[in-house]
Amino acid sequence: MKLRLHIWKQADSHSAGRFETFDCSDVSPDMSFLELLDELNEELIAGGRDPVAFDHDCREGICGACGLMINGVPHGPLQATTTCQLYLREFSAGDEITVEPWRAGAFSVIRDLVVDRGALDRILQAGGYISVRTGSAPDGNTLPVPKEDSERAFAAATCIGCGACVAACPNASASLFVAAKIAHLGLLPQGQPERDMRARTMLAQMDMEGFGFCGNQRECEVACPKEIRIDVIARMNRDLYRSLLRRS
Amino acid sequence: MNDELHTNEPTGPLENRWTRQRFDMGLVNPTNRKKYRIIVVGTGLAGAAAAASLGELGYRVKAFCFQDSPRRAHSIAAQGGINAAKNYQNDGDSVWRLFYDTIKGGDFRSRESNVYRLAEISASIIDQAVAQGVPFAREYGGLLANRSFGGAQVSRTFYSRGQTGQQLLLGACQALYRQIATGTVEMHPRTEMLELIVSDGRARGIVTRNLVDGRIEAHTADCVVLCSGGYGNAYYLSTNAKGCNTSAIWRAHRHGALFANPCFTQIHPTCIPQSGNYQSKLTLMSESLRNDGRVWAPLHAADISRNPAELPEELRDYFLERRYPAFGNLVPRDIASRAAKEVCDAGHGVGPEVNGRRLGVYLDFSAAIAELGESVIRERYGNLFEMYQRITGEDPWRTPMRIYPASHYTMGGLWVDYNLMTTIDGLFAAGECNYSDHGANRLGASALMQGLADGYFILPCSIGNYLARHEPGQISSDHADVRNAVAAVRARIERLLNAPAAQHPPEVFHRRLGQLLWDHCGMSRDPAGLQQALQELPRLREAFWREVKVCGSGAEFNQVLERAGRIADFLELGELMCLDALARNESCGSHARTDHLTAEGEVQRNDADYSYVAAWEYSGDPGAPKLHREQLHFEFVRPSVRSYK
Repeated sequence: MKLRLHIWKQADSHSAGRFETFDCSDVSPDMSFLELLDELNEELIAGGRDPVAFDHDCREGICGACGLMINGVPHGPLQATTTCQLYLREFSAGDEITVEPWRAGAFSVIRDLVVDRGALDRILQAGGYISVRTGSAPDGNTLPVPKEDSERAFAAATCIGCGACVAACPNASASLFVAAKIAHLGLLPQGQPERDMRARTMLAQMDMEGFGFCGNQRECEVACPKEIRIDVIARMNRDLYRSLLRRS
Repeated sequence: MNDELHTNEPTGPLENRWTRQRFDMGLVNPTNRKKYRIIVVGTGLAGAAAAASLGELGYRVKAFCFQDSPRRAHSIAAQGGINAAKNYQNDGDSVWRLFYDTIKGGDFRSRESNVYRLAEISASIIDQAVAQGVPFAREYGGLLANRSFGGAQVSRTFYSRGQTGQQLLLGACQALYRQIATGTVEMHPRTEMLELIVSDGRARGIVTRNLVDGRIEAHTADCVVLCSGGYGNAYYLSTNAKGCNTSAIWRAHRHGALFANPCFTQIHPTCIPQSGNYQSKLTLMSESLRNDGRVWAPLHAADISRNPAELPEELRDYFLERRYPAFGNLVPRDIASRAAKEVCDAGHGVGPEVNGRRLGVYLDFSAAIAELGESVIRERYGNLFEMYQRITGEDPWRTPMRIYPASHYTMGGLWVDYNLMTTIDGLFAAGECNYSDHGANRLGASALMQGLADGYFILPCSIGNYLARHEPGQISSDHADVRNAVAAVRARIERLLNAPAAQHPPEVFHRRLGQLLWDHCGMSRDPAGLQQALQELPRLREAFWREVKVCGSGAEFNQVLERAGRIADFLELGELMCLDALARNESCGSHARTDHLTAEGEVQRNDADYSYVAAWEYSGDPGAPKLHREQLHFEFVRPSVRSYK
């Protein structure tokens, strides 16, 4: 089938970008969306033209590297699916598809569809961990964890850090990302000693990085490829207020 | 270099060796540690764990990864679990049993001391991960749950649903983030190591390229640790991430680090087959599917295009059940993979034709669905069925799945002694990029165990021991050896950008390399095929350097340049893989030479002549490396024959 792609091209963070149009003929519906870009790039390179830059790595939906706005939707039309797991059978012959990078003030464009998500790492560095020195841990079964708590912690911990929640949010907030980590650690007994501080320091860092606040629009949970629910944000807010009250 | 390889392993009773080694090791005074700088390349399980643990000890660490975040390293994709000899199930497990299972699973081609230590450390890894908040599966009573895995009769695998690698890596990365915040670790994401700096015979640093702006920089240190993963992408199509590469270890190899057992590569049987020439990677589906799925192919080649659901029983060949009645569909990975290849080579493969070949066999759940009901199967494999449907567009509830083997893991890697040091003084290798613990075949749930054992527990000791013997201090950035390494990197980039007859994107050469290796150095090997590959590989390499087309410049974000550099290294490694496979005139584990099979078609080991680790030295000519042998001595176990009939 044939597809027409309108792809965002931008040389670097200082240059202005624009859409360029590419016609792809003879594509197979069994091809993945990223394989479509691979094929396009091989053609462009062979023809001496500048290929389209995009982030990707594992191509099985777990590393979180890929992330494109496809027709205005983070990761494209399929729910609970990363861009790398999107196949062309979801489109019809003759479709025009717009492909953009994540757009958020805190994510500057590095080139074309590649953005700098370093801010997410810096938020984690501000407290997204349990302080435990290698070698000092007690036996794993010393501390029983109710199965339900463990499973809820796991559900929050499946966040792949792709940034789709930020891209989907009208305020470009990273609340879902931050809250997922706070819920993961805060649901476990191991995470209690630093729970109060964690909410304060991570949210302060989120603010400093230029992400917006949560306006309860819920766009993030629709976009999340791992189906992380916004109840984690309510939990995060509770942790924050609790810590502020306790400190005062 | 002389012929003798010093393993530096302790002697005496196996169970005392690691304790004794730690006692004999030198220590660095805590106040002196900040004077030492350590470079860690790669932030998967081994690298993140090592960088974090070394930072905690007070060393100054610089960590590098090519991804935009350390948390994206490919350890994240490991599904199944992590083994540990906890014996929480009271089913007779012990350190000794995990040691034995691992060394037997590796078909007796690994070092006893190392494997025993791995089993010994395994329990501490679980404790460490739990304390970090890794959400392992639990029982209703709140204690840790286990499941069983291939190659073992006890239940010792800890897991987080199908995302154990993700959860363990996030745990290690959280420890790493804490050290970055503390200031002991300086993190360099989107930065790729392109050269090793060796001075006076010691590893003293690396040269990197900043992938965002193309800046070439030298980083000097007191020692260098490579945790850069496996080389399964040599086959082009594999279950590895697209960025996985051999460049860090290959650069080290060219500087004198011996490369051990390069031909030991694991091909995983249950992957989704290729659907066309555009295919960029292959997706693994959990091995657990073979518990309830039956593997078959049409009995007659004439039936390969028929609707499988309509093909009557008597026209199906359940070839694993037929050939291995005792283990049936649950034979080990290497055996299942090879059997599927033979069936397809004989013209019974199914699925779409790619390059004139149909490479796929059926994995059929209809019997299990009829027997156990759809709800039971959905509970066990629902997410895998969904994933299969998403990728193939076929409904596995109505038509059997198609599977075919794919390159998955590499047991081979840089040769290391008991302290994980390579043959270059001060250069360490950990995780998948060393060869140490899995012999000729890795058991499921052992890769995560090894990466974390190396990173959390072994390197912090052995690096301290190494540094204790050296005064702190890095060589200056204008030292001739640093300048030469930087100049070599610049020259190579210029060469990649200016091929004389540039016309093909780099992937063209990678696909050709992959096809050659897959055909001749894949699931089964024979001398004629290997020799043919060895004739073609130098020509392919020449063609690459003559015709590769890389757009843009070196001074910008340039993914084509990144890929071209990695492929250039794979092209040299591919030749070494074939040479190693040709020199090992036996079959063992993953290495199946069709001229060394038993009368029943099973792999036939030759312990009298090949009970050694083949460690190759780079000679300047990729076609003529020098072989060193580390003889394997089995003092505590007796090599036996693996039988699954």
